[in-house]
Amino acid sequence: MNKFYHILKTLFLFGWSLFVVFPFLWALTTSFKDANAITSGATYIPWVDYEPSTQGWTSLFTTGSQGINIVGPFIDSAAVTLIASLVSLALGTLAAYGLSRFEYRLGFVKNADITFFFISQRIMPPIVLAIPFFLMLKELGALDTIFGLVLVYVALLLPIAVWVMTDFFAGIPKELDEMAMTDGCSPIGAFFRVILPNSVPGLVVAGMFCLIFGWNDFFFAFTLTFTETQLLPVSIVSLNSSVTPWWSLSAFALISVAPLACVAVIVERYMSRGTMSGAIR
Amino acid sequence: MLQVDQLTTDDPKVSLQDISFQFDAGNIYTILGRTGAGKTELLRALMGLNPLVEGDIQLDGQSIAKRPVKDRSMSLVYQQFINYPHLSVLDNVAFPLRRQGKKKAEAQLLAAKMLTTVGLGDFLQRRPAQLSGGQQQRVALARAMVKKSRILMLDEPLANLDYKLREQLREEFPRLVAGNDDSVILYTTTEPREAMELGNTMIVMTDGRIVASGPPADLFAHPPTKDAASVISDPPISFISGFVRSGALYFGEGQLAPNNGLHLPPDGPVTIALRPDAIEPGGAFNATIGLSEFSGSETIVHLDFDFGRAIMLVEGIETFVAGTRLSVSIQTEHIMLFASDGQNITTRTK
Repeated sequence: MNKFYHILKTLFLFGWSLFVVFPFLWALTTSFKDANAITSGATYIPWVDYEPSTQGWTSLFTTGSQGINIVGPFIDSAAVTLIASLVSLALGTLAAYGLSRFEYRLGFVKNADITFFFISQRIMPPIVLAIPFFLMLKELGALDTIFGLVLVYVALLLPIAVWVMTDFFAGIPKELDEMAMTDGCSPIGAFFRVILPNSVPGLVVAGMFCLIFGWNDFFFAFTLTFTETQLLPVSIVSLNSSVTPWWSLSAFALISVAPLACVAVIVERYMSRGTMSGAIR
Repeated sequence: MLQVDQLTTDDPKVSLQDISFQFDAGNIYTILGRTGAGKTELLRALMGLNPLVEGDIQLDGQSIAKRPVKDRSMSLVYQQFINYPHLSVLDNVAFPLRRQGKKKAEAQLLAAKMLTTVGLGDFLQRRPAQLSGGQQQRVALARAMVKKSRILMLDEPLANLDYKLREQLREEFPRLVAGNDDSVILYTTTEPREAMELGNTMIVMTDGRIVASGPPADLFAHPPTKDAASVISDPPISFISGFVRSGALYFGEGQLAPNNGLHLPPDGPVTIALRPDAIEPGGAFNATIGLSEFSGSETIVHLDFDFGRAIMLVEGIETFVAGTRLSVSIQTEHIMLFASDGQNITTRTK
């Protein structure tokens, strides 16, 4: 029975892995094909099934009719996502610490209501926010700028950071803060010297969520930019003309996924480490 | 010297009620009380972690009630072994010294010395998670003591340890805290034996109040109130309602004539407190055996009398079969009498 279960489990995991990895393999093989190889049916093995071509990749770094230069959009995307994520993480972490450690009350509004207010920002469909954001950025003269996008993305990512970090801080015993204060820290000193160093897994998770949501956003990148600033998701879509260059599209997709995959691999060990063990028994 | 005056708090679990006391440096005060008596709340109020509704805290004549936690010259060891998980054992103990402004090398030197004192000299570079429970609590103790603060507070520091470790640390405690002659040491516990063993002065708390204080032996021999008596004794004292009439003590269907120097109060209702050693096998009273359990080299037997339930302590390990009848006697030298207002009214001729 155990052996049967083990085989079943292995088969399931193998099948699921294939399901997850297959799109990437598909994109990888497609990125090395040309128009002929694309239209000649499903082929997978280079030099055997088809003759590989680097056209898909080179076109991403070529300007003019032969391609689309993605360096600009890549830098814009990286700048907007990184700045917005860092700002959201910094503000969100401070807000979450306050919500987890102090009691706020304004009439019937308490801590849980404030936390829900943050989260509720993500409940609304993006289209509801598009026009207000558009008008506000227009008033600020920040339409089609990195600054404008950062502002909007901070508003979108802050709830995620607050949500994740509030939950994380709730798991850190308050006695640890108190201990730090009895050992000579001010409340803010206790936060920076003791709580924050022990919050790395939470910060990593919140940071990853911010990076993923920021990096992958298409809607606001599309509605709030025109020509001066262009982010990767919008650039990818702009490739889709009357004749879709699937080879370039695939290479572009792989390039846009790569940064997040690299970050995930680097920070994975921090996410799984239980740093609070040993704090309190 | 630490002086607290009319300390009153409004805590969610137990509020302190008008607590006044003077703690002298060089003494170990054990604060004894059941769970929910307000022991932890008292320490937290002194520390500044729980706000005061009323009252004042003075250290050497200066009010510290409004000082921030970090400026009160107090240390606290929690019941849970709280340490900084991201720091090594050495850096955990050096942490408060660094906050005092000491250089890293000096702080680490002092921390290493203190860790050697508590028997952790070989574990300096380990993380707290890599230590056993007893070792983790030693780290917490070392961190609290290394500061040389004026008030060292230990909130049931042994409660989460297993029996053996508890006994071991209890034995070591006087050695560990030796040299803190300028400090007031406050040690809370729920265990009477621990409180009597470790403290110069014992303070008994119930419902957020101090109900008794004094040398442990005196308090055990003559607890001033029924509340204090119920907390101090382990195994617990049994209280039964009775009355005095015409020079005899009546309870249920039983009657006791005073002897062994016991003087009865004037006629009227009394509460009779039977210490566990007041009941001995063999005698005129009949009881049904309930639970019997062993504690060290003694047997604790729960007995159901017609006047209520009482506990008998028997030297040695003996078997008592639940449900069977047992004849016992009650030794008047081990009973106490309390008035209806809870005051101890036991008087004896020496």
